[in-house]
Amino acid sequence: MYKTHIAHQAYDFKTLRNLMAKATPARSGDYLAGVAAVDNLERVAAQWVLADVPLKRFLNEALVPYEQDEVTRLIIDEHDSAAFAAISHLTVGDFRNWLLSEQATTATLTAIAPGVMPEMAAAVSKIMRIQDLILVAKKCRVITSFRNTIGLENRLSTRLQPNHPTDNPAGVAASLLDGLLYGCGDAVIGINPASDNLEATSRLLHMLHDVIERYQIPTQSCVLAHVTTTLKAIEQGAPVDLVFQSIAGTQKANDSFGINLDLLQEAHLAALELGGGTLGDNCMYFETGQGSALSANAHHGLDQQTCEARAYAVARKFKPLLVNTVVGFIGPEYLYDGKQIIRAGLEDHFCGKLLGLPMGCDVCYTNHAEADQDDMDMLLTQLAVAGGTFIMGVPGADDVMLNYQSTSFHDALYLRQVLGLRPAPEFELWLQQHGIFNADNQLQHLTDVPALFKLSL
Amino acid sequence: MSNINEPTIAQDPWHSLKQFTPARIALGRAGISLPTRACLDFQLAHALARDAVNIPLDFAGLEQRLNVRGYQTLTLQTQAENQSVYLQRPDLGRLLSASATACLHNSPVIPTDAVVVVADGLSSTAIEHHAEQFLSLLLPELQQKGYRLPPVCLVKHGRVAIGDAIAEHYAASLCIVLIGERPGLSSPDSMGIYFTYQARSGISTDADRNCISNIHNNGLSYQQALKKLLFLIDEAEKLQLSGVNLKDETTDTESNSQLEQANFLLD
Repeated sequence: MYKTHIAHQAYDFKTLRNLMAKATPARSGDYLAGVAAVDNLERVAAQWVLADVPLKRFLNEALVPYEQDEVTRLIIDEHDSAAFAAISHLTVGDFRNWLLSEQATTATLTAIAPGVMPEMAAAVSKIMRIQDLILVAKKCRVITSFRNTIGLENRLSTRLQPNHPTDNPAGVAASLLDGLLYGCGDAVIGINPASDNLEATSRLLHMLHDVIERYQIPTQSCVLAHVTTTLKAIEQGAPVDLVFQSIAGTQKANDSFGINLDLLQEAHLAALELGGGTLGDNCMYFETGQGSALSANAHHGLDQQTCEARAYAVARKFKPLLVNTVVGFIGPEYLYDGKQIIRAGLEDHFCGKLLGLPMGCDVCYTNHAEADQDDMDMLLTQLAVAGGTFIMGVPGADDVMLNYQSTSFHDALYLRQVLGLRPAPEFELWLQQHGIFNADNQLQHLTDVPALFKLSL
Repeated sequence: MSNINEPTIAQDPWHSLKQFTPARIALGRAGISLPTRACLDFQLAHALARDAVNIPLDFAGLEQRLNVRGYQTLTLQTQAENQSVYLQRPDLGRLLSASATACLHNSPVIPTDAVVVVADGLSSTAIEHHAEQFLSLLLPELQQKGYRLPPVCLVKHGRVAIGDAIAEHYAASLCIVLIGERPGLSSPDSMGIYFTYQARSGISTDADRNCISNIHNNGLSYQQALKKLLFLIDEAEKLQLSGVNLKDETTDTESNSQLEQANFLLD
C-alpha cells in the first residue's frame, strides 16, 4: 500500500507508522531509535507517498495499537467526526494545500480543530517547510483565560520563571520582581521547585499566591511539581491556580512520568473545584517535548515528532490555559543542533495550534547541544512571527536551577519592539498603571523602583 | 542627533537584590537589549560550560583519593566508547562494556544491601569537586546503619540507569548513583544523586527513581543532600518502593531559617 518507485529506486514502507518515521525531517532522536530514513532519497520518497495518504486512513490504521494504549483510545474514541467532515475528503498533500489556501481562515481552522487527529497534524507538518508552518499557525487563534486573557491577536505572553537552586524565598522573590519590572509574567508565574517536596511546593504556592494578592497582579501562579504532589498540596488547602504536569504521547511514556489519564482527570477536577479563575476556568498547564517517549523507551517504533503530537491529544482533553513545548531541553541525543531545535519548535507550535491548543514554546538549549544564542534568536523570532502564544522569561536567559538556557525578559521586549506584540490586556493595564510600561507599551525608563514595590525594597 | 552626554545604558535601580540569588538579575539595558558587558559575560559562561562537557574525568586520581580514605573502588566503563558517542547514544551509556561486565563477574560476590555508583555524566568537574567529600559523609552513615557495601563503582561515560545493572549484579536493594549534571552557565559543576529501590536493569524507569539535584557550592549543601538521601532510604525500606510514590518530606533546618529570613516582597 505504501509503495513508490522514484529515481530508479523502489520503496515499500509497509506500515503507516514506518512511513511517518521515514518521512520525518532528519533528527538525532529518530536515528537513535533506528526509525529514520537512511538517506535523503528514502526520506523524500516517503514524503511523496505520505502526501497521497487520505486523512481518513489515520482513523483506520492506529500507529500505536488501540488495545495497548489509552492515548490511542482517547484519540479514536473522542474524535469529532462532524468537525472532520469539512476535510475528510483530503489527502495529506491536499490538506497542506488547503491549509495554505484562502479557504483556511481563522474561523474554518477553529471549526475543524476538534476533527484533526494528532497524527494528521504530524503527517502534514512533515511535508511543510518552515514558512508553511509559520503561515498556517499564524492563522490559528486559540484564546484561553484564567485571571487574564491569553492568545489574543498581536499579543505575546510570557511565563515568568523565577527559579532558585534551593527555592530560597528571597532568591525567588528577587528574580520575580526583576521579571515583573521588565513587564514579564502574564502567562503564568511558574516556579520549578528544586526538589519535588510537598512542604517546599506548598511554601512556594503560598508565596506566589500572597504576591499576586498583595500587588493585585492579573496573572496566575503555578509550582511545577509532579501532579500527585500538587494534589496533596490541594488536599492540605494550599492555594493552587494552575495544575502542572509533563505529558507524553503514549501510555507507556506517561507511565514513566507516573501519570495516566484518570490521574490527570482527578487533578483537573480538583483544580476546577478550587475555582481561582475570575475570567475563565482553563486551569491546567502542560509541558511536552520531542524525544520524551523514546527517552522512556516507550515510542512503539514511532518517530519522536508524531509521539509529540499525540501528547497534544492528552493536553486537549483537559482544556489547558497553556501548553509549553520545552523543545531544546532534552539534549543533543534527540535534537542535535540549532537547526533541529528550530524546526522542532515550529512543528510543535504548528501541530498544537492546529489541534486548538494555546501553544507556547520554551525556546531553549543545553550546554551539551550544538546550539547557541544565535540559534535561539532565530527560533524566538520565527515563533513570534508564527503567533506563538507565550515564551519563557528567565533572568538573563540563564536558569540557575535547571541548568539550561531559555529566553530572557530582554528577549520578550525585543519581540515587542520589532513585531509590535503586546502582553495580555489585563496585565498590560496593570503594567501601565504602575508605571512599568508607558502608554505605547514600551518599558519606562526607571530611575527609581515603581511606587508599588518601593516600600518592599 | 545623539547627545554624547546622554547615557546609552539604563541601569536597574534594584541592584541590591543580587545578594539573594545567583540569577542574572538587574542586568540593565541598552535600549531594551542586553548591555555589552552582560552580553559578553553570558558568552564567557557559555564557553566555560561547553568546555566542561568535554573535559574527561581523572578516574585514576579519584580512585586513588578514595582508596587513601580507605574505600575500595572498582572502575568500570560503559559501551559508550568516547564522549561523542556518549552524547548521542544514551542507550550505550546505560550498558556496561564487555570488559566491565567481566570485571564485575570476576570480583568476589559478597552479600550486599546497597551499591554506590559514581558516574561522570555530563560534568566531570561536578564529580571532581564534590564526589569524594560527599562519599566521605555518606559511606560512614551507610555502614553505621549496618548496610553491607561492595566497592564504590566508578563508571566512565555512564548514564543514571547504569546503576541498575550494578545493583542487580550485587542483588542490592538500594542503588545510589552520584552523577555530573548537565552543566549550567552559573554552575558548571552541579552533582545529582539518583536513588532507586530494587533497581532492575532495563525495567526501572525514571518514575522509579528519586532525584536530589543541584549539589554544588551555590546550591544544595552536602549535609542537606545527605539528609534527604537518608530520609528517602528509610522511607523506601518502609514502603518497599522508590520513585514518584515516595515523597521527600524532609524539613531541613536550613530551609526553615531561610523561611524566617525576610522575603522582602511580603514583609
